[in-house]
Amino acid sequence: MTTTGFLTDSTLCIGCKACEVACKEWNDVPDDGFLWSGLSYDNTLTLGASSWRHVKFVEHQPRTGCGGNAPGHSTWQFSSDVCKHCGNAGCLEACPTGSIVRTEFGSVYVQPDVCNGCGYCVVACPFGVIDRRPDDGRAFKCTFCYDRQKAGMEPACAKACPTGSILFGDLDKLQRRGEERVEQLHAAGMDDASLYNPTDTSVGGIHAMFLIRGDSRAYNLPPKPEVPTTLLPRAWTAAGIGAAAMVIGSLAAFAMCGSGRSAKR
Amino acid sequence: MKATEERLDELRRQAERTGRVDAKGIRAAGAPLPEPGAEHGYYGLPLLKPPVWTWEIPLYFFVGGAAGASAMIAVAAQVSGADETLVRDARRIAALGAVISTPLLISDLGRPERFLNMLRVFKPRSPMSVGAWTLAAFGTLTGATVLADELQRRTDLPLTFVSNAAGAGAALSGLGMATYTGVLLGATAIPVWAENVNMLPIHFAASAVASASSLLELCGHQHRALPLLASGAAAYEVYATREVARSGVTSTALKAASLLSGPIPLALRLLGIRSKRARRAAALASLAGSLITRFAWVEAGKVSARDPRVPLGLM
Ligand code: SF4
Repeated sequence: MTTTGFLTDSTLCIGCKACEVACKEWNDVPDDGFLWSGLSYDNTLTLGASSWRHVKFVEHQPRTGCGGNAPGHSTWQFSSDVCKHCGNAGCLEACPTGSIVRTEFGSVYVQPDVCNGCGYCVVACPFGVIDRRPDDGRAFKCTFCYDRQKAGMEPACAKACPTGSILFGDLDKLQRRGEERVEQLHAAGMDDASLYNPTDTSVGGIHAMFLIRGDSRAYNLPPKPEVPTTLLPRAWTAAGIGAAAMVIGSLAAFAMCGSGRSAKR
Repeated sequence: MKATEERLDELRRQAERTGRVDAKGIRAAGAPLPEPGAEHGYYGLPLLKPPVWTWEIPLYFFVGGAAGASAMIAVAAQVSGADETLVRDARRIAALGAVISTPLLISDLGRPERFLNMLRVFKPRSPMSVGAWTLAAFGTLTGATVLADELQRRTDLPLTFVSNAAGAGAALSGLGMATYTGVLLGATAIPVWAENVNMLPIHFAASAVASASSLLELCGHQHRALPLLASGAAAYEVYATREVARSGVTSTALKAASLLSGPIPLALRLLGIRSKRARRAAALASLAGSLITRFAWVEAGKVSARDPRVPLGLM
């Protein structure tokens, strides 16, 4: 099986949210409440247990190639966010039940029949993606349309995207395609275009890459995401020190004080 | 909300006073609206998800920690030849703690009926998995210790070896109980926990020792090793307080917990070596401090997750 991926190109996104709707409908994802956010046209605000695609509306002053608006009117970069399906996934490492697995397509999948809702994956994801659904109790996130991929079909969001902003396919090919697209955009004068894929961190690259313009931080994409398992050696060393101190401390305290004077009042 | 004339007046007063009204469905009033950008991330919205744990988890951290340390104290007391009632009570506290811990942990699951899935696999790389197995071992071994103890007392069966072996195993898994919770919090993406990863397991171990020895003191045991242990733990807490303050964690609950775990019991114990009442007060302070410590750390994690600046590298 080849490893598949997403390449989400914000320069092609028109903010129609067809991907959000397609994802909800295909995967039967429940309503997660509605709130006028006042933050541009984004009322989804964040990925979560019941939002597996989320179109970000990054507003800014007009720039070359970013919408053809009149000077003085702010314009948008749209970017459809999704679970990154990390090469080294914090959620998968943290899961104590083995519910979260790596599929034959290289994606990260939560088996809903195994998850017992312990909530540990929630604090292990460096991208703040996975969450526990309050009324259900289990953790949910993008499945990378595991069911559709198994049947040889592309994920629902990619199929519904009208502009080709969401590309689906072989991960390596998409990576190359993303790099080519960046070159193309640079040649067209859009110097701030880049491909977001943190390959040089402990996350070890992501299977859902983003082509963005400007600073990744404006998209809440962390410049240096790290998988929390890198902290384990330090954490267990500290635990070892704590345990050793407990052993030595209690043995020493009792040895020093002898056996006497312990009569119950 | 039913609209009444009073409600309309209230809305008007609020609007006059603050320039905005807070009501369901209204959120855009906090003008000027934030902008996305390198300085505030995506409209300043949180990047990470806050922990979903409710009160059961920090309470479990406290109970499990005290129980674990108690199992260790039982072994130390026994090895030193201390009074056998002390050994027995320490073992009982450990077993009781395990009995309370298990339902606490289960009830916080989103799907409590699936708690056994925790023992479906063993994943050394998942502190949650290690913890579930540690608790399973601890519960079994503390139960076996107390059971063998009681049987032996009532029936004269030669079970000393059994209770001692189980007691040693309980102490070993008890060390895990007292420390793994620090690993559980530290090895996550939550900035305030991850920043204190080197300290949290030791901090929780000290807190566990303080609460176990305080509990035994409150049960009426006067072995001098108990206040000594508790003072040692309190001394570490004084140091830990400084470390936490240096890492920039500001939380009233954490400050209160630090005071109650460190300086207050330490002073009471030093000043009141001969005073029973001072010792009691010190023990109560340690217990309260230890309990609040766990709640404060979980709460600090929730606050920390809301701030996108650390994961975005903006501070
Ligand atoms: S982005 Fe989060 S939820 Fe998705 S694979 Fe990575 S760690 Fe798991």
